[in-house]
Amino acid sequence: MTPHMLTRSLDRSAAIFLAVVAGCGILIPLSNLLLPAGSFLQVPTYLVALWGKYVCYAILALSIDLIWGYCGILSLGHGAFFALGGYAMGMYLMRQIGTRGVYGNPILPDFMVFLNWEKLPWYWYGFDMFWFAALMVLVVPGLLAFCFGWLAFRSRVTGVYLSIITQAMTYALLLAFFRNDFGFGGNNGLTDFKDILGFNVQAEGTRAALFALSCLALIIGFLICRAIVSSKLGKVLIAVRDAESRTRFLGYRVESYKLFVFTVSACMAGVAGALYVPQVGIINPSEFAPGNSIEAVIWVAVGGRGTLVGAALGAVVVNYAKTFFTSGVLAPYWLFMLGALFILVTLLLPKGIVGTFNAWWDQSKEKRTSATSVSAAAEDGVTEPKMAE
Amino acid sequence: MNVMDTRATSAMLYLDGVHVSFDGFHAINNLSLTLEPGEMRAIIGPNGAGKTTMMDIITGKTKPDEGTVLFDGVTDLTRLDETRIAELGIGRKFQKPTVFESQTVQDNLLLALNVDHSVRGTLFWRGSKAESERIDKVLETIRLTEARNRLAGSLSHGQKQWLEIGMLLAQDPKLLLVDEPVAGMTDVETHLTAELLKEINKTHTVMVVEHDMTFVRELGVKVTCLHEGTVLAEGTIDQVSSNERVIEVYLGR
Repeated sequence: MTPHMLTRSLDRSAAIFLAVVAGCGILIPLSNLLLPAGSFLQVPTYLVALWGKYVCYAILALSIDLIWGYCGILSLGHGAFFALGGYAMGMYLMRQIGTRGVYGNPILPDFMVFLNWEKLPWYWYGFDMFWFAALMVLVVPGLLAFCFGWLAFRSRVTGVYLSIITQAMTYALLLAFFRNDFGFGGNNGLTDFKDILGFNVQAEGTRAALFALSCLALIIGFLICRAIVSSKLGKVLIAVRDAESRTRFLGYRVESYKLFVFTVSACMAGVAGALYVPQVGIINPSEFAPGNSIEAVIWVAVGGRGTLVGAALGAVVVNYAKTFFTSGVLAPYWLFMLGALFILVTLLLPKGIVGTFNAWWDQSKEKRTSATSVSAAAEDGVTEPKMAE
Repeated sequence: MNVMDTRATSAMLYLDGVHVSFDGFHAINNLSLTLEPGEMRAIIGPNGAGKTTMMDIITGKTKPDEGTVLFDGVTDLTRLDETRIAELGIGRKFQKPTVFESQTVQDNLLLALNVDHSVRGTLFWRGSKAESERIDKVLETIRLTEARNRLAGSLSHGQKQWLEIGMLLAQDPKLLLVDEPVAGMTDVETHLTAELLKEINKTHTVMVVEHDMTFVRELGVKVTCLHEGTVLAEGTIDQVSSNERVIEVYLGR
């Protein structure tokens, strides 16, 4: 029957997805490090960094699919959680610079010396320790999502209104982080990183390791999402998505469910941002730009929402296209193409790439099974031609 | 009025002097109604009589402007939200069948079961034998055993109505509110639904809103006729349908 096929096909695409990500995560760094530069199979370092960026975007897309695809919460401000995770990692990397900065101050990052700050603001305490920064990568986005969600979901803000206030949230953060006196480097953000855990962030080995770690994070994130959506809680989420008030009348506290996935999703986005920053070497307030969050939603729509695999695939495909088109003569038109892509996908491919493929696969499988049952019936000596059911 | 030491009434459901208006339109006007434990009551009334609004008030979707709504003699329903009221044991079937279309029949019932509905409980949920036995039993009652693995969205209209009644059974509430259960059903299906509700009534208190007079007659229970948000007549179907005012506003003209 159809739902069984659905789960089976999901398992199939999940297995392929995990194999591909694990394969890339192992083979690309190995090829980059072990093969001689310039050889046919050697992946150049700039590509490792670029693909590492895509993998981080894929984690962000996964986190959006968890809330949008399964629970119907369309967040147009998820880039904020990504950027907050990135800033937490950036603060650690800034503290690692130490005396190697332009001003050579062992404690204060360059921009603080430049602003004539006497001492480190309290909210920078602890970021010299990796474990603390890593904790904050989860805690800061998670806490913001929890507070925001607690207020929004309890007041039953849904649909387009929720989308608008998430957008406002990321815009407010953008403005705040632009300010020099906010203490996060203002317009320039955080950059000129040197070390991560004692390894040079620019070194090939570090880049390869960061790429492998990003793939590992994508796999873990995917498995967590899968565990959530295939539990009974996942069924409740879909119920909320499809008929919210019905779910309430069954005695489910809808706001708690939304709050739970929203917070988990924000933590995942934070991890994506934290892996992104050392690979691109900079984090600045433009990461909070509302456009970034909208773009991330487009990745999910293109790949197929409510499929997890599709979200990750969409992120990679759209970003590959972006890299390809923005480096040629078509560069000024990229935003128009992105907009057109979104409209086309909405009109022609509402289930996205993976959703459409799954539907097609199930359909053709159903045809094949019914065809075999007809021929089996014929072999059994049934004389009367029967319609396949 | 909060939880009291003694029950204010023996009724399962007690509405007294309830008023609701939307932008000056009096949807419910001094409505008073009692439902005894174990009773089945049919509610009839022309369109706009306030039948659905009354259910909205009982289930916490709409807050009344004034009046008393007591459940089980002790609980003031006007202070609680939908989730809390559902947890207390009031289940509702909507006028338009509302099932979770993208999930299977079986999963619809699983979601409705009155087990732990907390986030943690559902995240770490493991199916038990007792649960699947209950689902099997409900499937049998609503004649959907064959369709258990089909998506609820692919069911016929009548089957969706039954599935929703099945979800009420799985929820196992003390009081069932059933809004137009036979709308769009064939005669055979209507008859079967009446049988089903009578069966359910053996163990549950039921309130049925319905337009179909043949169906109401078949249920053979006390009937309340609403008009402009207030009770117009109450009694057996014969008493009510011979009441002149009822004929005037509802049956005749």
